[in-house]
Amino acid sequence: MSGATLGLLAAAAVLAVGTLALRLAGVLLRARLTPSERVQEILDTGVTVLFCALVATAALVEAQEFAGWARPIGVAVGGVLAWRRAPFVLVVVAAAAAAALLRLLGLP
Amino acid sequence: MRSLWRTIDRSTVRSVLVVCLADGLVGLAFGAIAVGAGLPLWLPVLLSVVVFAGSAQFLLVGVLAAGGSVVAAVAAGLLVNARLLPLGLAVGDAIGGGRRRTVLGSHLLTDESAAFALLHPSGERRRAVFWLCGVALFVCWNLGVAVGAVVGTLIPDTESLGLDAAFPAILLALALPALRSADARRASAVGVVVALASAPFLPAGLPVLLALAGVLVALPRRAAPITAHSPSASASASAPALSPPPTCGLSSPDSAIGQRKSARRGDGEGTS
Repeated sequence: MSGATLGLLAAAAVLAVGTLALRLAGVLLRARLTPSERVQEILDTGVTVLFCALVATAALVEAQEFAGWARPIGVAVGGVLAWRRAPFVLVVVAAAAAAALLRLLGLP
Repeated sequence: MRSLWRTIDRSTVRSVLVVCLADGLVGLAFGAIAVGAGLPLWLPVLLSVVVFAGSAQFLLVGVLAAGGSVVAAVAAGLLVNARLLPLGLAVGDAIGGGRRRTVLGSHLLTDESAAFALLHPSGERRRAVFWLCGVALFVCWNLGVAVGAVVGTLIPDTESLGLDAAFPAILLALALPALRSADARRASAVGVVVALASAPFLPAGLPVLLALAGVLVALPRRAAPITAHSPSASASASAPALSPPPTCGLSSPDSAIGQRKSARRGDGEGTS
């Protein structure tokens, strides 16, 4: 086995173990405590905040730079449809289609 | 398990399948990109099984393909996965007891499975939805990656298909119902501003963690008359038009998922 292969294997192993550790840490911590309704509310709010931040950065930022217009506009189209209670399939397909179409028209 | 299955309504199952399909396509692209970048075929396949976290996998492969060090690649991957800890803390109860089950369920914890669990406040349905999404996503993601790695160059890039817009849209649609609460809206607006303001300067993963500071806004509820309008106002000012805050600020964001439950603790209807 070459050194490069070993390096890649090690990378996969460390990332796998580290990721599982992060997942387990949260889940086990949760099992330890029985959060009050108020605390659970705060935890849920935390996840919502996390998701919103993830949506914003995933839509607008790519490698620390502006991701271009097509993606955020696509996401916005999906967001508006979701808010108007469109079926979930439509939300996802419309977001992707809008971004794809804009790129076809030459928008980055 | 079969009785768990029955507790999930049809529209939720359909939504889960849509997410699986979209993520499967992204997996296809991931496999193709990794092999196309000159990495061995087994690497994307192995990563998808043992790491099972899309953004970290893309980062790892991206850094390696760009000639970065293995250590830097792993560190970048772990940093984006750090958000899994608070996710586990919030929806860990959806996994259920038992040691083996805890480990397996933790491995299936993703943004998507957490988001689906979050839509169901408590009880059996929350567990059923979490496991359904986790298992289905695991199967689809791995299938997609394996096929993509083998078929490779035949697959068009994700950008021309607009697939890069699908993930944020999915997460936004799943998060909308939670934004019915004014507290969550305020906290999210602050979080988004923090994340976007820090994103140009920090490595991926960190801005999202910093965004959690937004929760602080929701803490002193009713304690002091904080000028309630300032967070959302500054949000829309610094992130014009396209980021979630405008959507977050809308008055009755119902989900596209067919979940029409508004009360957090009112999950009783139709369970039995």
